[in-house]
Amino acid sequence: MTIEIDGINKSFGQFQALRDIDLAIPDGQLTALLGPSGSGKTTLLRSIAGLENPDRGRILFSGEDVTGLHVRERRVGFVFQHYALFRHMTVSENVAFGLKVMPRRERPSKREIRRRVRELLEMVQLDHLAGRYPAQLSGGQKQRIALARAMAKRPEILLLDEPFGALDAKVRKELRRWLRSLHDELHFTSVFVTHDQEEALELSDQVVVMRQGRVEQVDSPLALYSQPDSRFVFNFLGQVNALSGAISGGVLRQGEAWVRLPESCDDDDAELYLRPHEVRLTQEPSRDAHLPFRIEAINVIGAEVRVELRPDGWESEELWEVGITHSAFNARQPRRGDRCYAVPDVGHLFCDHLSEPKTLSWYESAG
Amino acid sequence: MADTDQSVRPRRAGVPVSRRVLPGFGLSLGVTLFFISLVLLLPISGLVIHTAGMGWEQFWFVVTDPRVVASFKVTVLAALAASLFNCVFGLLMAWVLVRYEFPGKRLLDAIMDLPFALPTAVAGITLATLFAESGWYGRVLAEFGIEVAYTPLGIVVAMAFTSVPFVVRTVQPVLEELPPEDEEAAVSLGASDWTVFRRILFPVLWPALVTGGGLSFARSLGEYGAVVFIAGNSPYVSEVISLMIFVRLEEYDFAAASAIASVVMGVSLLLLLAINVWQGRYLKRLHGGRG
Repeated sequence: MTIEIDGINKSFGQFQALRDIDLAIPDGQLTALLGPSGSGKTTLLRSIAGLENPDRGRILFSGEDVTGLHVRERRVGFVFQHYALFRHMTVSENVAFGLKVMPRRERPSKREIRRRVRELLEMVQLDHLAGRYPAQLSGGQKQRIALARAMAKRPEILLLDEPFGALDAKVRKELRRWLRSLHDELHFTSVFVTHDQEEALELSDQVVVMRQGRVEQVDSPLALYSQPDSRFVFNFLGQVNALSGAISGGVLRQGEAWVRLPESCDDDDAELYLRPHEVRLTQEPSRDAHLPFRIEAINVIGAEVRVELRPDGWESEELWEVGITHSAFNARQPRRGDRCYAVPDVGHLFCDHLSEPKTLSWYESAG
Repeated sequence: MADTDQSVRPRRAGVPVSRRVLPGFGLSLGVTLFFISLVLLLPISGLVIHTAGMGWEQFWFVVTDPRVVASFKVTVLAALAASLFNCVFGLLMAWVLVRYEFPGKRLLDAIMDLPFALPTAVAGITLATLFAESGWYGRVLAEFGIEVAYTPLGIVVAMAFTSVPFVVRTVQPVLEELPPEDEEAAVSLGASDWTVFRRILFPVLWPALVTGGGLSFARSLGEYGAVVFIAGNSPYVSEVISLMIFVRLEEYDFAAASAIASVVMGVSLLLLLAINVWQGRYLKRLHGGRG
């Protein structure tokens, strides 16, 4: 089932949570709504579910206008951030709830309900906990029960509000993979809200980045990471190394730092954004870039060594961060306070007078 | 490592290491226990000892006196009716105070405690005036042939009035804590409003409602000030038990008075105990068997 959102607006008093949202969510895919807190992503999700009534605009499920439909009639599965399990009911009573409250004519027989509940509990691999109360479950188990409950009426749309937000890192990762495989198996249309960019990139087919009640960019995870439309999206999706300065004669310059741009650019104020993996560390400046640094800190984090760099002779709002491999680290043995240079491989240039960023590559000119 | 060990060690031998972070446990617990003994345990045991002195046969004689039994019945039935009424009305009040925003909400919230703050005699006189045949309410009710003042119904009104805050104040915090997501989850699963109330809200409110109702009942059993003014106090019809205690005292029959009082006390204590035990079990279930 596709979801179309057509010019949705929503205000809470003075605060405008959603501004003219237009969005198409494709059938059978996992879509992430990603944004910082207060960006309107949860309000959008709740509007799709019918838990929030938009002030203006329409919501369509497979072309059918559902804006006026009550939550009860929208037939969506909704999973809440804090699970919202009914604590006075056992796990199986929780899962059966949606089936038991159906009008008598449509309600399956008791035996059928029991069979379906067992099936759902098997699906979430928790059939051995059927008689437990929610308070006796771990966070990850609760979330899976909440999911089973939301799926009990076989909705074609599943909406999840920060589904893994309250779980610890390991369980979160496990559940993410499990949800992904469940989704691939059952092919419902699902939308989930998250503020964790890693989660959005790993789990979804399509990411909707939101900011201050607007949609900033809609793209596949890969496109989003490699070609962000705006500085905001770039900043939001992971660590950024930035050099802001002025372009003159094809060279971006600030203080002692300069980078020769491989493509011709008009003179303008601009910012060059680089991901940690798009930069190399060297002892000497290269022909195209002179970016002096002092090493501020060296953090060994799992598979790579992260080096924090303080600009030397120029300014940057935040420290730069470059990842190097353990073998490179062992070969060179850099130490705190050492002077070194960064050499960009790929970068993203945001000029003040251009709306679109330019992706630059230094590979050819270096080779 | 060795030198840090030594820096920890020097401590005068024989001084026990206090493991509590919060200071003043001994003192505050001592004061609390002393106060409880002075104010509660001592008078209660005095009452029991006083009663025990009179012997079982005489106790039974005093307690089963027809007028006393009639007053027991009136009191228990009226208290039951009053606390049931309070459960319904108190739940409604708590619901309104928690779930809706309206001007004057804080004032209404403050007024809820008025029955506790008002001297019960004042409440009694006011109610008696209002519900008397010539009073504002009494006049209207008289047209429907309902008499409140100087009947057992008046006792119910007085009891309900003085004890309704018990229900409101026990239910209110539970309602406030109830996450709205629970209701939203139920509705998104297709439950009707009535089903949501019956299956989701009520089971969670139930323990608080029983506690509030129980407290209201126990308080009503012993209500004196508010009741005597409106009850009419005719023997066998509208005498409450606390009035009977007073009557016996006026006759200088202290033993009989304390015998009756000990029965009321016993019933109240048993009731509170039963509620606590039942509630403990119920809540244990909600909290996953961990109490």
